[in-house]
Amino acid sequence: MTDMILAQSIDDRIGDALSPISDAIASVVFFSIPVAGVDLPLIVLWLVAAGAFFTFYLGFLNLRGPSHAIDLVRGRYTSPDDAGEVTHFQALATAVSGTVGLGNIAGVAVAITLGGPGATVWMILAGFLGMSAKMAECTLGVKYRRERADGSISGGPMYYLEKGVAEVTGRVRAGKVLAILFSISAIGGAIGAGNMFQANQATAQIIAVTGGADSPIVSLRWIVGLVFAVIVGLVIIGGIKSIAKVTEKLVPLMAAIYLLAGVIVVVSNLPAVPAAFGEIFAGAFGFDSATGGLIGALIVGFQRAAFSNEAGIGSAAIAHAPVKTNHPSSEGHVALLEPFFDTIIVCTMTALIIVITGAYSDPAASELGGVALTSAAFATVIPWFPNVLAIAVVAFAFSTMLTWSYYGMKATGYIFNDSETAETVFKVIFCIFVVIGASLSLGPVIGISDSMLFLMAIPNVLGLYIMARMIKKEITGYRADVADGTITKVAQL
Amino acid sequence: MGIVVLVGIDGSDAGRRAVAFARDRAKALNGEVVLAHIIPWSPYSFTTPEENEERPKRRAAELAAAEEQVMKPAMDIVGDAVKCTPIVKHGDRVELLIQLAREHDVNHILVGRTGESRLRNAFFGNVPAHLIQVADVPVTVVP
Repeated sequence: MTDMILAQSIDDRIGDALSPISDAIASVVFFSIPVAGVDLPLIVLWLVAAGAFFTFYLGFLNLRGPSHAIDLVRGRYTSPDDAGEVTHFQALATAVSGTVGLGNIAGVAVAITLGGPGATVWMILAGFLGMSAKMAECTLGVKYRRERADGSISGGPMYYLEKGVAEVTGRVRAGKVLAILFSISAIGGAIGAGNMFQANQATAQIIAVTGGADSPIVSLRWIVGLVFAVIVGLVIIGGIKSIAKVTEKLVPLMAAIYLLAGVIVVVSNLPAVPAAFGEIFAGAFGFDSATGGLIGALIVGFQRAAFSNEAGIGSAAIAHAPVKTNHPSSEGHVALLEPFFDTIIVCTMTALIIVITGAYSDPAASELGGVALTSAAFATVIPWFPNVLAIAVVAFAFSTMLTWSYYGMKATGYIFNDSETAETVFKVIFCIFVVIGASLSLGPVIGISDSMLFLMAIPNVLGLYIMARMIKKEITGYRADVADGTITKVAQL
Repeated sequence: MGIVVLVGIDGSDAGRRAVAFARDRAKALNGEVVLAHIIPWSPYSFTTPEENEERPKRRAAELAAAEEQVMKPAMDIVGDAVKCTPIVKHGDRVELLIQLAREHDVNHILVGRTGESRLRNAFFGNVPAHLIQVADVPVTVVP
């Protein structure tokens, strides 16, 4: 018993110490202006504007591009001589396993709790616009990637901001400043969204399936965090690849199970589907003032979609960069599919389930919050599913943590000139924050995670605007080559 | 114009015996030998970001090791008396062997018996058995 009191105070103490910091960061990043009685954070506007700009500027390639993207992923344009290199499929799958995760399960639940069912529509729209931003950043990620003497390849906003901005503006220092700003915020994003949020929600789900408020580990969250931290540490510091290999195979399997279970829930509630869509559209266009009406639903929807698919944040450009291709825009096309899968398919599925099962209208819903709400929605049809969801959540959280530790390490490497000591220090700090993330309550964790992640979008999107003409030239040139047969499909034997 | 014999090799003893068998057959029928070593690889496998970063380096190392440890000893078995074309590639073993057989107008495919356990075969199948089912030309499995 004394242990419990002691442990509870550890969780609480960590929370008390970090809450003011989280509030301070959030108040800066989420500086808001009141619009129609609702606070509109400027950073959300910034991301949506970037998606909208590139959607129009690139001529709706988010509609016209996916069929070519699918051909690329199927290897129809990959030379047989490139066998053994990183394929479009692998680059996409790696990027997707970094983004599909708790944002799709917990984040969507948060969106519907705060913004009502209408947030779903805006989430889908944000996913659609996000496809264009993703295309822009991943094209640059490949164009300005760095090939080292030993043959290894890495890229990302730090490189394209440095080299690309200098190339376009002639100002070397401006590019370097943006690249450094991006790298600093990427380290924060890795620790916040890529780590604390994941550890927090994975712990929440473990507690939920072991008895909720009566769970024996309810006040020992930090111990769950410690276990996670040790496993993460074994992989990223200890170099135990087998754990990462298991995770990378578990994630697609879990995603498939998740979608399948989603279909089952929707089918078994088929009569409720029209009413659910009614609620979603009514909420989206502002007939429900309880959740802030149109603007309220829109802000929350956009915010959670951006958190989930990371379009405009720049992270995906790191994952897509090592692909084997001579045409940077080809990977830009492939990247279109990422927000499509992440947001338009997986997030929408979660949202539908929460709305169709009526889980969100449960008065306790806002108290449940996050992953617990999604879990409750599944449990109405498949009572044992929360256990499966717990495994999925842990697998997703773990793979996102590993992917983001890589992003953070690359950003650290950029700042400190690939110093191994700096990268190791980053990894140790990363593991410490797994414990902190698991111990805190959801509120301060979401605050820190969102603000650090969205901070990355400031230098990244600014760079995308500066290089917009170059991006367009690159993509239109590539599409012209595909159209006139300069770039042809590989003959199928 | 004699026959073209394709041998799938993997560095095993049975593979080496298949090479010797192919050499003798090619010699007897005034033919030539194509030696193929396929490094198992799928374009649709799931990888970590680190693996992707290191992939070009690893691929080069895998090809170099295959040339040195598998292809060179096999070419020594064939010797100079018979024309020999060495091929080292990444991919699916069965698919690529079939494809190479078509590209090189092969008349006969030879492989060594892999001798995997029954359990392993049940899960992963085995190359000779697959090959027999889908090849366009006769396949001989050398024990």
